[in-house]
Amino acid sequence: MEKVIIGNYAVSYGAQLARVQVIAAYPITPQTQIVEKLAEMCASGELNARFIPVESEHSAMASTIGAAATGARAFTATSSQGLALMHEMIHWAAASRLPIVMANVNRALGPGWSIWADQNDSLSQRDTGWLQFYCESNQEVLDTVLQGYRIAEQVMLPVMINLDGFLLSHTSEPVDIPDQALVDRYLPLARRDLILDPDDPHSFGGLVNPEHYMEMRYKMHQAQLQSKEVAREADAQFKAIFGRSYGSIEGYRLEGAELALVTSGTIASTSRVAVDRLREQGEKVGLLKIRMFRPFPGEEVGELLGGFKKVAVIDRNISFGHGGIFCQELKSALYNLLKRPQVYGYIAGLGGRDVTPQTILDIAELTACRDVPPAEADWIGVKV
Amino acid sequence: MVEIRMHGRGGQGAVIASQILAAALFKEGKYVQAFPAFGVERRGAPVTAFLRMDDRKIWLKSEIYEPDHVMVLDAGLIETVDVTAGLKDGGWVIINSEKPPGEFRLSSKYRVATVDASSIAIRHRLGSRTAPIVNTAILGAFARSTGLVGIDAVVEAVKNAVPTNKEANARATREAYDGTRV
Repeated sequence: MEKVIIGNYAVSYGAQLARVQVIAAYPITPQTQIVEKLAEMCASGELNARFIPVESEHSAMASTIGAAATGARAFTATSSQGLALMHEMIHWAAASRLPIVMANVNRALGPGWSIWADQNDSLSQRDTGWLQFYCESNQEVLDTVLQGYRIAEQVMLPVMINLDGFLLSHTSEPVDIPDQALVDRYLPLARRDLILDPDDPHSFGGLVNPEHYMEMRYKMHQAQLQSKEVAREADAQFKAIFGRSYGSIEGYRLEGAELALVTSGTIASTSRVAVDRLREQGEKVGLLKIRMFRPFPGEEVGELLGGFKKVAVIDRNISFGHGGIFCQELKSALYNLLKRPQVYGYIAGLGGRDVTPQTILDIAELTACRDVPPAEADWIGVKV
Repeated sequence: MVEIRMHGRGGQGAVIASQILAAALFKEGKYVQAFPAFGVERRGAPVTAFLRMDDRKIWLKSEIYEPDHVMVLDAGLIETVDVTAGLKDGGWVIINSEKPPGEFRLSSKYRVATVDASSIAIRHRLGSRTAPIVNTAILGAFARSTGLVGIDAVVEAVKNAVPTNKEANARATREAYDGTRV
């Protein structure tokens, strides 16, 4: 059934279709409607799940961890300051190897207080062991919630699904809401072996000596790497059942291109419009959208970008003192290639600053007329 | 692609109206995108909502600066907000007012339509006498003046979207359609 819905409801419908069993969440702008809708669904009986209202995001993730440890399919959603407050538990969820799915509505961190789109919240959680996806449409958001559970439950790592604040969370678009029967086929509920069960007591998360800790981390890392193949399979199976697929990265009009723009989230969506305009003018410019950020699809990026002379990365985030975070990841993925492109880094759209097709055209032009990339990154449209 | 901007005050239902119109256009086979001005909404304060429609999927995810048409849910806003900012030549300015279109001294580049949405809403007991909810009525005027969407699709979308007073809202939409002055 196709409906015109906001991105936040796309998350709620995704969680409902995944038949989540426990939701523990705390409301925060611009995520609030996700939780409101799920609370309504639980109250009306449309969703047979236990809804746990909590007093903070730290408790939201702690409760989600507890629920997932018992074998329940558990869900939460947050944003910005809320995600930051969860940080200790974010590590705990991943190292506990729990298949939690969380939606994070990308929003800037304060101060200055901001409720608008910015990726620094989720990227600050880069090294926690969570898988991370960045979406560009409401349909992709719903579909990625479903794919997220399928991947998480195979590799036993939690999955974070990111959507830009307001640009998706509060924007209505047509979304195909799949049939429950098809989702059940894609995402059957399975009983896990190792669960927290009072009738069969085990201890979880206790002290680990130096002789064993490193092995646990090695296994987490292996699970992250393994999730590349698992995600590929989950995407292929999704296409077979629902007719849609996304890939970990997606090239758009890269054939014959001389400059590749690289970006994520809704900037990728708007970049498609900019690339179309440039192509109409005869400019050989294409786009690479990065959807999966952890694990980073370095080999696939290398395969697509290896032959390029110039690549321009647009980041809606900043690692202070260094540059854009996707840009760093990209450089590291390309470094060992025998033939690697120049990488031009750009910072744009922080704190919800509008990124228009013109912003992207300016970036393409700036890159075309230079021979040496900036050491870190150029800030686009900054008033200084 | 057609881009539309709506000016209202918090509580009048401009954001919901943009979503209802999106649903109606989608029903008629258009691809749509609706969004509020990103920020904090307060009752009585100026609110802006946006809508895009096209025959193909809309990838553009940036704000609207040069709308094709605008709707003004509270004529009093015209004195404080530049409601025609960026409006394209020939665009409709659809105003909730009991006055005829000629009384609004807007540039001759634009086409003006008026509808007494407040009186219609009050007659159908939508909102209160001092703060009528005019969003469903103004959509009737939009359908009439621009011809971009059929009134039946709008009425159906209104009925699907409003939680209560479905019939009263539907009648308000049709009455506004019939009572629009251009």
